[in-house]
Order: sequence, then C-alpha cells, then structure tokens
Amino acid sequence: MDLTGLSLTTITLFIPMIGLAILLFMNGETQRDNIKWVAFGTSVVAFVASVLMWVNFDPSVAELQMVQRNTWAEVSLGESVINISYFVGVDGISLLLVLLTTFIMPIAILGSFGSQIFEERGREKLYYIFMMLLEWSMIGVFVIHDLIIFYVFWEVTLVPMYFLIGIWGAEERIYAAVKFFLYTMAGSILMLIAILYVGNKSGTFSTYSAAGDVGVIEMVHTYEGEGSYWDPVAGEEEDAGFLLSSVESFLFLGFLVAFAIKVPIFPFHSWLPDAHVQAPTAGSVILAGVLLKMGTYGIVRFNLTMFPEAAVAWAPTIAFLGVVGIIYGAWVSYAQDNVKKLVAYSSVSHLGFVVLGIFALNSQGLQGATLQMVNHGISTGGLFLIVGMLYERWHTKEMADYGGIWKMMPAFGAISLVISLSSMGLPGLNGFIGEFTILLGSLGSEYLGFAFTLFATLGVIMAAVYLLKMFQHVFMGEHRNPLSDETRYKLQWNEIAAFIPILIMIFWIGVQPIVFFNMLDMSVDSIVALFLP
Amino acid sequence: MFETPTIAEFLAQSNLASTLPGTLLVLWTLILVLVDLFLPEERQRWTPILACIGLGISFAANLFVYSPAESEQIALYGMFVADAFTGFLNVVILVATLIAILMSWDYLNRADIHRGEYYVLALLSSAGAMFMVGANDLIIIFVALELLSIPLYILAAFRSIKNDGSDLALKSEESGMKYFILGAFSSAFLVFGSALVYGATGSTNIPEIFALAGGIAGTVSSAAFYLIIGAALLFVGLGFKVAVVPFHMWTPDVYEGAPTPVTAFMSVTAKIGGFAAMLRLLVTGMAALVIADGEPVAWQATVSLVAVLTLVLGNFVAISQRNLKRMLAYSSIAHAGYILVAVAATGTAGVADAATQSALVYMLAYMFTNLGAFAVVMSIEREDGSGGNIEDITGLARSRPLMAMAMTIFMLSLTGIPLTAGFLGKFMVFASAVQAGLFGLAIIGVLTSVVSAFYYMRVVVNMYLRDSSGDLQPALETSAVRWAINIALAGTMVFGVFYPLATNLVSSVSIT
Repeated sequence: MDLTGLSLTTITLFIPMIGLAILLFMNGETQRDNIKWVAFGTSVVAFVASVLMWVNFDPSVAELQMVQRNTWAEVSLGESVINISYFVGVDGISLLLVLLTTFIMPIAILGSFGSQIFEERGREKLYYIFMMLLEWSMIGVFVIHDLIIFYVFWEVTLVPMYFLIGIWGAEERIYAAVKFFLYTMAGSILMLIAILYVGNKSGTFSTYSAAGDVGVIEMVHTYEGEGSYWDPVAGEEEDAGFLLSSVESFLFLGFLVAFAIKVPIFPFHSWLPDAHVQAPTAGSVILAGVLLKMGTYGIVRFNLTMFPEAAVAWAPTIAFLGVVGIIYGAWVSYAQDNVKKLVAYSSVSHLGFVVLGIFALNSQGLQGATLQMVNHGISTGGLFLIVGMLYERWHTKEMADYGGIWKMMPAFGAISLVISLSSMGLPGLNGFIGEFTILLGSLGSEYLGFAFTLFATLGVIMAAVYLLKMFQHVFMGEHRNPLSDETRYKLQWNEIAAFIPILIMIFWIGVQPIVFFNMLDMSVDSIVALFLP
Repeated sequence: MFETPTIAEFLAQSNLASTLPGTLLVLWTLILVLVDLFLPEERQRWTPILACIGLGISFAANLFVYSPAESEQIALYGMFVADAFTGFLNVVILVATLIAILMSWDYLNRADIHRGEYYVLALLSSAGAMFMVGANDLIIIFVALELLSIPLYILAAFRSIKNDGSDLALKSEESGMKYFILGAFSSAFLVFGSALVYGATGSTNIPEIFALAGGIAGTVSSAAFYLIIGAALLFVGLGFKVAVVPFHMWTPDVYEGAPTPVTAFMSVTAKIGGFAAMLRLLVTGMAALVIADGEPVAWQATVSLVAVLTLVLGNFVAISQRNLKRMLAYSSIAHAGYILVAVAATGTAGVADAATQSALVYMLAYMFTNLGAFAVVMSIEREDGSGGNIEDITGLARSRPLMAMAMTIFMLSLTGIPLTAGFLGKFMVFASAVQAGLFGLAIIGVLTSVVSAFYYMRVVVNMYLRDSSGDLQPALETSAVRWAINIALAGTMVFGVFYPLATNLVSSVSIT
C-alpha cells in the first residue's frame, strides 16, 4: 500500500477542480455554449474515474483501499504535536456513495441545460463553477478519513449550495438560502468541538490506522475491554476505557446533531422543505441525491465506529426519531398541494428508513441503509427532475394546475410512473430492495423492538398513498392547462438523456442487488463486528 | 561613579541590533519627515513610496534579526526581547501597514487631503506596535503604547484638516477626540497598574515580575493585594486598546468616524500591539499567579468571562448595524473575543505555548481578512463619504464581480468557513481552548460564530442575491486599493489552504 503516491481516489477527487479551473478561464459571455459542455464533460470524466475505482476495488477486503496519506500540517496542542493529514481511501460504503455522487452530477448538469433560470438570472458560468465546487466537496466528504479535513469539506459544501439556492432559486430564495446556511452551520460547528476533543484525547485526527500510525477507531477499540471489542452484556460497568461514557455520549451527540440536521432526522428537518422548494432543479436533485446522504454517511462512518458504546445506548432513541420521521414525513407529504414540497417531505420519510436501518446495528440494517441511500438518491433525484421539467413548461408547482399530462406526454408519464413506483418500493425496483432489507434488519435487531418495524412498515404503505396521489393529480384526469407552444410537449434530448441512466439504475438495483451488496459486505461487517454480542 | 560608555560599548551592551526592525523604521520615519518637507508639490506621491521602502527595510532587518530562528535575544538591558513571537508579529504589523498605506494613497487623493505627514504618522504608529510586541518591561509597554496610540489619535481626526464643515469632517474630528480621551484614560489605568505591580514586586521587568510574583501571590499580604489589583488594572488598560467588552464603548463611533484606511489600520495594529502586550504580561509575567499547584492561573476565569461578554455582545450587536464600518467595528470587537479565548487558554498549565501560537495565527488571519474587508468597503464609498451602508453594496456582484468575490471570501473568512485563513485561526483557537479544558468557552465561541454568519452572510446576500434598483456606481478606486485587496485576498486564501505556512511560522513561538 503506497501511502504517498497519487491514488485513484485523489484523481477522482480532483477532477472537478480541474473542471473548475478551466471554467474560471473561460469567458462567460462569448463561450456560453462551451461552458456547460466543459462542466458536463468534467462530471462525466469524474464518473468514469469513479467507475475505474470500482473496477479496482477488491470487495473481499475490509480495509480502506486506494489509500493516500500525506501529512498536511502539524498542529501543536499542548505538549503534543498532532498531524493533520490528507488521508483518502475508500471502503465499500465510501465507494458506493462516491459512485452515487459522480452519477448524479452529470444528470443534474444535463437537467439544467437550457433552463429558463439562465434567461432570467444569467451568470451561467458561475452556476457551473459552483456545481464543480459542490462535486469536489461532496466527493471529499465521502473519501476523507482525517477529521479536520473532513470538517473542511463538510463545511465547504455549504457555500456552493447556498449560492445555488440563493441566486437561481425561486421567489423565497434568499430566506431559504440563509436558513439553509445558518441551520446546517449551527449543527456542524458543534462537531468541530467534538473533533477537537477527540483529536486532543487520541493525539491524532486520522480515523483509520495507516502506515503504522494508529487511528482513532483502532484506539477506541483497543481501550474498550482490553483489546477485545466492547461487550454489550457487561455494559456500563466495564467503562474504564478510552472515553468516559458520559463524555462519549456528548461527543456522539456533537457529531450526531451535525449529521441529523443534514439528513434531516425529525425534528431537525424544518430547513429542508424551504431549501428544496426554493432551490433550482439541479440544486434539488443534488440536495436530495447526495447532500442528505452526507449526514447518514457521517453517522455510519463516525458515530458508529468511534463511539460504539454511545451508539448502542442511543440506538432506540434515534431509531425512534427515524420512525417518527417516516410517518410524519409521509403524513405531511400527503397533505401538500405543492408537488415539490410533497417530494421534499417524502425525503424526510425515506431517510427515516435509512436512520432506522443504521441504528438496527446489524449487517442487514446497515447494508439496507447504505443501499437505500443510493436508492433514494436515484429515485428522489429523478422525482425532482420530473418536477423541474413540469415547472419549466407550466411554471407552477401546484398539483391542482396540472392533470392529464400522461395523455399529452405518454413517454414522460411512463418514466414518471416507474420512478414513482421505485420511490414507493415496488418489488422488482430498487426502492423495495433497500426498504425490505432495512425492515429485515430492524426486525432482527437486538437493540430495537418489534414496534419499530411495525410502524416503519406503515410508512411503506403511506408512501404509496402520497406518491399515487401525486401521480393521479398530475398525470391522470383531465388536461387542464394546455401549453400554448405545442412543441413543448415533446421531451428535449437532454431530458431524455438524463432519465435513461436513472431508469437503468432503478432496474439494475431492483433486479440484481447482489452486485451492490457484495461491495458492502466486508465494510459493513467490520463495523457491525463492534456490536455483535 | 557611573562611567559613560562609548557608542560602541553601548551598542554591544544594549544589543541594539535586535531592535533594528523597529529602530530602523523610526529612523526612516524621521528622515521621511524632512524629505517630505522638501518634496515639490507634483512629486507628492513619493512620500507613500518612500514609506513603503521604509517598511521594506524594516522587513529586511526583521529577516536578518530573526532568520537564525534562535532562542530569544534580550536587548536594551532586558527591556526588550527579540524572540520568535516578536519576529512573527513584526511581519504581521509590517504587512498590515503596507496594505493600509496602499488604501490610504487612494483615499487621501479622493478626499483631497493628501499630506505627507499622514504616512509619517502611520509609520510611527506601526513602529510603536513593533516595540510593543517585543516589550519585556512595563515601561517599554507604556512608551510603545503611547507611540502606537498618539499618531492614531491624529490619524483618526485626519479628515477634518480640510475643514469644510461637512458631516465627514465633523465625524472624523469627533472620532479623534473620543479616541484620544478614552485612550488617555486607558493609559492612566495602565500606568497606575504598572505602579502597583512595581510596588508589589519591586520590578518593572516582566520575567522578574514572574520570578517575584510566585512568592507573593500565595501569601496574605498587602503586596499580594497590590499585585492582583495592579494586574487587573493592566488588563483593563490593555482591554481598552484591544476593545473588549466592557471597555469597547468607543469602538463603533471611532471606527465609523475615522477615515476608512485609518479604521482598517487601527483595527489591526492596535489590537496586535495590545494583545501582544497582554500575552507577555499574563503568560510571561503573571503565570505565577496560581492558587494551588496544577490549577489554572487565577486570572483565567476573569479573562474567560470577558471573552464570553465580548463574543456575545460583539456578535449580537453587529447584527443590527446598517453601516458597514460600524458592523465591522462590532465584528472586530467579536474577533477580539476570539483572541481572548486563546488568551484565557494560556492560563492552563502546559497549554500556554499552543494557545499563544493559536492567538498569533488568529491575528495573522484577522489582519489579512479585516484589512481586505475594509478595503472593499472603502472602494464602494462615494466621494462624499456616503455609500457605506449595507444597502449600498446591493448588486455589487453584477457591477464589480471581482470585488464582490473578494468581499465574499473575506466575509467567509471572518465567519470561519474552511479554505479561508479565518477557519485556520478559529480552529487553532478552539483547539487550544479544548486542550485547556475550557469547553464552555469553546462552545460559546462556535455558537457565536454561527450568529456572526448571519450578519456576514447578509453582505453576501446583498451583493449576490439581490439586484440593485438604482444606477451602478462608477468605480472610484485606483489600482493602489486594488493591490491592497489583492494582497489581502492572497493572504486569506493562501494561509487558508496551506495550513503549514502559518503553523510552521509560529511553531517555535514560546513566551513562557
């Protein structure tokens, strides 16, 4: 394992930066057409690079792969010197989410080709620069294993998203952008204190061990119960370990609040409907597709591995909030008349499943949760694309203004039906696999009771209710608002191109999920091993 | 009898060489006064150029004195200490002065008050700051503080030399007067505190005070009482200079009324000087004020309390400001609070060095960012001095995209968003607070920076997210101020991305 050489992870991470650099030197006025192609091309290259990572990935290894670790800075904390290192690498979970990111980005960029927002607001170049910055920081979040640099990438994602919502959003965009920024920053800044505490306590900011340096995770496990993993049966009494359990709880919560706001876990969700509804289409797609997953990924990557004891202690509480989110999200979603808000609240509901799966703390739960992150990214990303295309044509988000669209746009209707069905978890499509595995996991969980599964299952039914309601109001019935321009009923080439990969993935994951589960097996097992009795 | 030494003996004994960065700057300034007198009217622009050359000479001397990175050199018979701390802050002060002079050149011409004395005063003030960061004696602290402050009083009132009865001239006059009265007041605190400390310990030399204070602090005696009161008064005196709550009242008015480059200059150099002296006093001098072995020093709780007040008041009051200069004034109070967090952390045994280093990095980041923000504010001001309100920045992203981008980066840096120098500073400061066990302080610090995001982001909102209703303002700024912005921007970005640049510079700093 070469730790200083250029790894494929680094290359993938910095491809968007190259795109950004090219964009910076282009003229926003005279080269308007080329700009979008540079952005699109960069995101495709990044996708190819991440597929290459997949090809190089060995699913039988639990450790990080394609690792690169360089010391970045030395910070003296008291008597000790702590290294901040550029430490990248992927395991199955990271890789799957990197693939999701690089998969969603070209679709989002393609979806914004020729959008009317550029005619209204202009600044197309800036838009794509922020897209590149966003892709870079999101990939960074998924591959970095140094707490400080992770925090850097985590916070940097805020900036481009803030501008995407604020400049190219709908009427209430300023309120939504500021709310998004302040809300998420307030959550994540407490994580900084927790990170500093962990670094101070353990003498390193690297989470995983590499090149002879012991990472935080290994340190935690070595201390807990003298070399063996923490024993849930012995419980609190065996506590003379790495962290006092009260401190561990605080640190756990410090990280969790940051992630819970991003996910968002009920009751931290109130920024989400505003941000989603006001964001431009591509912003919503990325927000739902990737940004929210940063939260659930963070819980898996940091909360479970660094604070296993606290994770067990808090599992029922957080899983309960997850279930509340499932039902509440579905309920509120059903009550919406605004189609974009409906999809936004459905995210709260779907991510409740992911949270439930994570805190089942067993391998089905965690595998299902990770796959569901991808599923939700694809399905809900697709739903937001649909909403965006409807809006481009009819300039309304009220469901009452639509109707009978299937009649006028049969292909679009069929695609929308498939994506809606995938989102509600129809067997044979991707959503079913994720939700089913999560429910299986929560049923078999040692830490959660039967009731969790029972109520979560209700959520599956409710998903069908609100999605079918949406489909019925928008696509069926009388066509109420004919377009003056008949040609607009036809789908644009870029719209079709954006849907094709989504449909492929919906069927692929639905039919052959084993490909993706294989990728996760070892990585998930190594995390779940912490919680085996 | 006392024998008068020859000049050579004096130079050798006093080790004057290690004070060269400051001394040369003063000498150069004295020459500049004369040169400026004889410069013909059409060659007035030579004065700022010559002033910049003076800064360059001082910078070179600084490299020469501190390049071996060796341990501290004592000069002026123990009254001055040249160590890594001095060397680092000297550079920060010199860069700050350079940026301020670039801004001033533009501003003075625009306001039609171009006078050579301005640059002379600015250089003298920065020489005062340079002596202050190396001061190892209460007397030098006082003398350097006066050298730093008196030119600033004049500079604050500089706009009023063109007495056209305008609002600007009046405000500037008021600003200078207010600053002078409160500055004199705070100097009195400082002198009185020095007298009490001298009375208690019998010495004005900071390391000697440290040696003597240990024996006094534990006892129940009048000396211990005087020492504590004296230390408190010294803290109050310096607290005025760096504008921490509750000694901040003068700041908004003075900052708003003074010419913008002066505001920028004093918000940085006066703070650096004041905090340097405070760190020397508390860390080097008063570290022996321990109640029991292994406990944090006695002043930690006080400094923490002042830090909390400063953070909360500075950040919350900044929200309600409409004038950008006033907003930045309150924000500079808040930033003094963050530096105070680091000062409080020095009180815990074993953390003193790390916390001092974090304070230095914070000052470096703050210097670039704050000067940059003021430079942008200055360039959008109109000739009559209006146009400094938050509404006036609306639509700047369209009219002047590069300047809007620079301002955005400065605002993000002041908020403490990663990839800017401000984040590195905050990260270092909070790391040392956590290390020192001051969790409450660290948590209040991060939460107030969320509050600060609100008013910093409002600037960005106005620049990018709203479109201006009125006409686009013509660009008044010259290339000088653009250079100032570029330097500040480069500093903010480079130190924000390449952490080792800053952390290696301060890694040898130790003033315990």
